[in-house]
Amino acid sequence: MSGQSTYTPKTGLEKWIDQRLPLPRLMHDTMTTFPTPRNLNIWYTFGGILTFCLGVQIVTGIVLAMHYVPNADLAFDSVESIMRDVNYGWLVRYIHSTGASMFFLAVYIHMFRGLYYGSYKAPRELIWIIGVLIYVLMMATAFFGYVLPWGQMSFWGATVITSLFSSIDQVIPHLGTAITTWLWGDFAVGDATLNRFFSLHYLLPFIIAGVVGLHIWALHVPGNNNPLGIDVKSPQDTVPFHPYYTVKDAFYLCCFVVLFAVFVFYAPDFFGNPDNSIKANPLVTPPDIVPEWYLLPFYAMLRSIPQKLLGVLVLVGSLVTLVFIPWLDTSRVRSCRFRPLMKQFFWAFAVDCVILGYCGSQSVDATAFGVPLVWVARLGTLYYFGYFWVLMPIIGLIETPKKLPASIAQSVLGEPAAAPAE
Amino acid sequence: MTATTVDVTRRDFLYVATGAMGGVGVVAVAWPFIDQMNPSAAVLALSSTEVDLSPVAVGQQVVVKWRGHPLFVRHRNAKEIADAKAVAVSDLPDPLARNANLPDSAPATDANREIKAEWLILVGVCTHLGCTPTGFEGDYGGWLCHCHGSQYDTAGRIRKGPAPQNLAVPPYSFLSDTRIKVG
Repeated sequence: MSGQSTYTPKTGLEKWIDQRLPLPRLMHDTMTTFPTPRNLNIWYTFGGILTFCLGVQIVTGIVLAMHYVPNADLAFDSVESIMRDVNYGWLVRYIHSTGASMFFLAVYIHMFRGLYYGSYKAPRELIWIIGVLIYVLMMATAFFGYVLPWGQMSFWGATVITSLFSSIDQVIPHLGTAITTWLWGDFAVGDATLNRFFSLHYLLPFIIAGVVGLHIWALHVPGNNNPLGIDVKSPQDTVPFHPYYTVKDAFYLCCFVVLFAVFVFYAPDFFGNPDNSIKANPLVTPPDIVPEWYLLPFYAMLRSIPQKLLGVLVLVGSLVTLVFIPWLDTSRVRSCRFRPLMKQFFWAFAVDCVILGYCGSQSVDATAFGVPLVWVARLGTLYYFGYFWVLMPIIGLIETPKKLPASIAQSVLGEPAAAPAE
Repeated sequence: MTATTVDVTRRDFLYVATGAMGGVGVVAVAWPFIDQMNPSAAVLALSSTEVDLSPVAVGQQVVVKWRGHPLFVRHRNAKEIADAKAVAVSDLPDPLARNANLPDSAPATDANREIKAEWLILVGVCTHLGCTPTGFEGDYGGWLCHCHGSQYDTAGRIRKGPAPQNLAVPPYSFLSDTRIKVG
């Protein structure tokens, strides 16, 4: 769909600019006339919502950095000062902290959308892989950011996550310890660590913005997938991006912002952990270290493995697996709408992620209905990997998909009136 | 034709030599940017800490800070010592003493874990992912790490859970009967 440009400069100035830097042409072709499948539903509005989230985090983050002090002795107090003294500091910080959760909420919907409708399948493999990269960068950024308030969860979260690298000791003795010491800049998480995390937390969002540019660029080569998962065959299958999808995206963005505002103004600490209101104490670990909700499923997988190196490998493997999805799915059909068997396993996978998240939120020795949660997490981990590495390849081969519609237009506008029996 | 061959060979040599020099230059420039993240000499020059043992009664544990880490100073009672001594080294997940005062290959017998049997001095960092374990908890009466469920016995040796190693014994010495110097 990255066909001929339809941009025609109208004024002399536009012509002058177009010959020197065709930026207006790029904007016109990608955001105005860009042919977009006419059947995109609500779940396709989250790309725009995510761009909005990134913008919100960058703007509020820049403001917070004007008042924040990245020093182990002063950081906690400077955050308290932002909350109490800085004019509207509480608002900016609550938008930023809630924004992180909203960002991940949106990205999970976006990713499950891609999984359900097979948006990762050819020719969109690179869009998916770049998306996985963005997701990993988001997790790193969120982790660095969570350390900055220098509360108990900040400190011990930083300790646990950086100590993951010490598992390399079990492969090459002393290398893992050398890496953690290098990451910390000290014998333990401390002032040096806080400073570098602040530097990286400021840097990474701009890296993400760059990679988002690649994500959108790659998207504009084949164009959008759609809920039917079939290719665009004629101009009747598409509508111009503007006004159809600019308006649709704007409407759902408004709905999203309402939800965002509800949390910011009525439950700003909903996603937070009360232990992080206690200043970091290197001598006392809180009774339960819990990461933010969006990392819980991965945390549960890590904890469910009673061997250090293996646990870390499972954690890393759960993310690396995502990269291979385009080739693990052997089905010829993209959308789960036409995959009766895969659809069921997809929803089981979604439930599995929630169950893993719940396991991660509970203490290590917790039970549910008399069953130790660590075993629930083990089964959940098994299903997580089994879904991608076993079910996806096999079901693609044995499943009989439902009949695909002839075209997007036919599916939306109905069957042609006089279709004689064959 | 001979002349051409010589030219090509010389050019190839120049390409490779230039590339190699460039590579050396990149590494030489990259190293300072990598090494700046390591602890500076000022940090490394830290630090020994002296601990007064006299206020720690039998059965008690105090936690002091050493090199940014918690340090467990535990005054073990007779039962805790007996429990620790009763374990065969072959039953331990980590058979090494992990004692900085002994050779690396020392076995994890209780005697190899301390200088004086009643005083257990340990770095309070779980060898799994670095949390501080809680004393007097878990199945073995030593320490329980609440983060991921590792359990240590009354000699600080790993018995159960994901941690791969025994709690480390730091380099320390007795200055007097009631005073130790750590580090």
